[in-house]
Amino acid sequence: MTVWPHMWRILLWTAILLLSGGSSAQTPPAGAAADIDVGNVERITPRLAIATGQRGGLAGAPLVDHDRLFVVTSFPHSVMAIELARADAPVLWRYTPEANGMAAGLATRDLTTNGAALSNGRLFLNTFDGHTIALDAETGNVLWDVAMADVGRGETLLAAPLLAGGRVFIGNSGSDFGVRGWMAALDAASGRVLWKHYNTGPDADVGIGSGFASPYLPRDPDPGVASWPPDAWQQGGGGLAGAPIHDAAAGLLAYATGHPAPWNAEQRPGANYFTAGIFARDATTGDARWFTPINPHDLYGFGAEGSLIAADLRWQGQDRAVLLHPDANGMVYVLDRRSGKILSAKPFIDVNATEGVDLGSGTLHRNPAKATQVNSTTRDICPAWPGATGGTAQAAFAPASGLLYIPASRLCMDMEARQASFMPGTPYMGANLRAKAAHGARQRGALIAWDVLAGKPSWTIEEILPIESGVLATAGGVVFYGTLDGWFKAVDAGSGKPLWQFRAASGIIGQPVSFRRADGHQYIAVLSGVGGAAGAVARQEIDIRDATAARGYANAIRDLKPSPGAGGILYVFSLP
Amino acid sequence: MKRWHCLLLVVLAVGACKREVRALRTDPPVADALNDVAPMANRINGRLPAVFIAKGSPYESNAYQLNQGKRLYDWFNCKGCHANGGGLSGPALTDGWWRYGPDAVSIFLSIRDGRPHGMPAFSSRLTTEQIWQLTGYVRTMGAYSAMTAAPSRNDEMQSRPSENRAPAATDLRMPPSR
Repeated sequence: MTVWPHMWRILLWTAILLLSGGSSAQTPPAGAAADIDVGNVERITPRLAIATGQRGGLAGAPLVDHDRLFVVTSFPHSVMAIELARADAPVLWRYTPEANGMAAGLATRDLTTNGAALSNGRLFLNTFDGHTIALDAETGNVLWDVAMADVGRGETLLAAPLLAGGRVFIGNSGSDFGVRGWMAALDAASGRVLWKHYNTGPDADVGIGSGFASPYLPRDPDPGVASWPPDAWQQGGGGLAGAPIHDAAAGLLAYATGHPAPWNAEQRPGANYFTAGIFARDATTGDARWFTPINPHDLYGFGAEGSLIAADLRWQGQDRAVLLHPDANGMVYVLDRRSGKILSAKPFIDVNATEGVDLGSGTLHRNPAKATQVNSTTRDICPAWPGATGGTAQAAFAPASGLLYIPASRLCMDMEARQASFMPGTPYMGANLRAKAAHGARQRGALIAWDVLAGKPSWTIEEILPIESGVLATAGGVVFYGTLDGWFKAVDAGSGKPLWQFRAASGIIGQPVSFRRADGHQYIAVLSGVGGAAGAVARQEIDIRDATAARGYANAIRDLKPSPGAGGILYVFSLP
Repeated sequence: MKRWHCLLLVVLAVGACKREVRALRTDPPVADALNDVAPMANRINGRLPAVFIAKGSPYESNAYQLNQGKRLYDWFNCKGCHANGGGLSGPALTDGWWRYGPDAVSIFLSIRDGRPHGMPAFSSRLTTEQIWQLTGYVRTMGAYSAMTAAPSRNDEMQSRPSENRAPAATDLRMPPSR
């Protein structure tokens, strides 16, 4: 009889976990009984620093199960299982899947993994060269290994798999190579493909049936074909952009689709559905529920990059299930999770490429002065590729205060569209890019605490470099994030007051996590290892004298080079 | 007197054209022979085809050939990975560091056959002569010393010192002109 209250608590936590979205879904709730808080965070010290033995960028979250910690390194991947219960923290096992070296050339964001997922003693990972692998977390033995993406065509798996309801949800990457995007669900037990639907093309391929209703799309059949020049949807991009989320109560899978290919927008007149928007599907059948275009006919290679966070808000007097989406285009979107309707879209940084969203029609108003043109350079487009936020820069939401913590970059760019030709396995791009600090400012990054209900920032911390790390907001009222030049910082969640910082061996693009070990103490873990668009600069195979190096990103962060170099170290912190 | 001036101008004009000799079509046997590189066992460095040298290494020293290479660099998506020489998922081509060797044979092999860490093979997409044109252009991008010929100026965004401002491989410190 006394079991039931306990069960409800477990169910409640499970629901919160699932709804909290992103990488935090794989970690315990941030401090169930907070012991690191605003008052004592200045006393936390590193307990462990473990070298992963890799120089590549380390993105994603370390995974924790009781006293075991798992790290997936960049391509060619290896998985490490570390025993935290012993003082010497031995590596229990290390698994290195066979790698197809050709995939290394496809890392156009210098990024090859966004972590893994852990469920029921099994570890699931996507390899950049296209395999989805399930491992026994106890031994590191392979349970199943499925080839899902074809590296020869430029197709890769970058996002971490999402585990929900016995299913593994994965989506492909490769929009820069003209790969047609898709989303699939695998059976977690066997690796069998349960469903797979494309993000461009005829309704049958996309999974559009009678259950599909979108407030912003034409009612004509096959919008995924009609909004493209003939056959262009076949190499139209629109792969997965960022971590999908699962809403267990509604049986909904929501994810953002990537940019259309090629970047040169004149080669693809039309709205280019269903790229660069938010897609919601029935998690069981894969059938499309709704689609909301965010950057239709994307001009700047943004896609709909940016975090997706499920939240339940009291929105204008009504309880609403919403999706929070700070987008690469510089606006925070609040969407109705059931219908996809845009409730609000407001800029969180200085934006000049767009002029707001018409909430009735969902139309994104573009600034015609910042439109791109073939063989002509459009100057000072803000924000710049790869966007104001997104990629490894994952936001965090604190439901109690209603603040959304957005890791942002404040860059502008010059862009020249060029004619691109499609050759499978080579970049299908057609653009010259040159990024720079916005309006010549020195501060190129910011952590913005966005008040979702008020639709304005509560506080902002300026950073010299763009923030590419994820943000962790703990129940103790502390916000953790990392910088490209290697500082791991803790600030007061309410006021933004800096509380503590630590100099890591390399820049941070990973997702900090909070967990509680069997000893009852709260720990904070983060991976240090610079990567992403900045990683190529730090690892010095880039020549920054070319202003278009690393898609112009190198030009904007030329001063990063002498800063800490490449590395791959796991840090674990706690109170003494 | 006036006639001598005219003649002098004609001689100068003809002399200037020497740089611009264009072989619009290579004889098929020559084109075939251009493929006969003799690489070392590790596919880095090796011997140039005899016909390459017999022709006077046009792909290194003729502005027209270099310029064809520059156009191919744009058309065949080299920029998507190597930018305008600064690199991204592919290494930089202007910094003087070559993963697979700096000489013409190594670069020719990289383009024709691909390399194991992500460089696709272009043998099915380009003719042998085009691969040599591209090789010649790639070698001018980060040249250490002034070369006898350079491709024409960019007709697109200028992102780095142009090829005819070689030697390019000096430390500029300042961003290239906007």
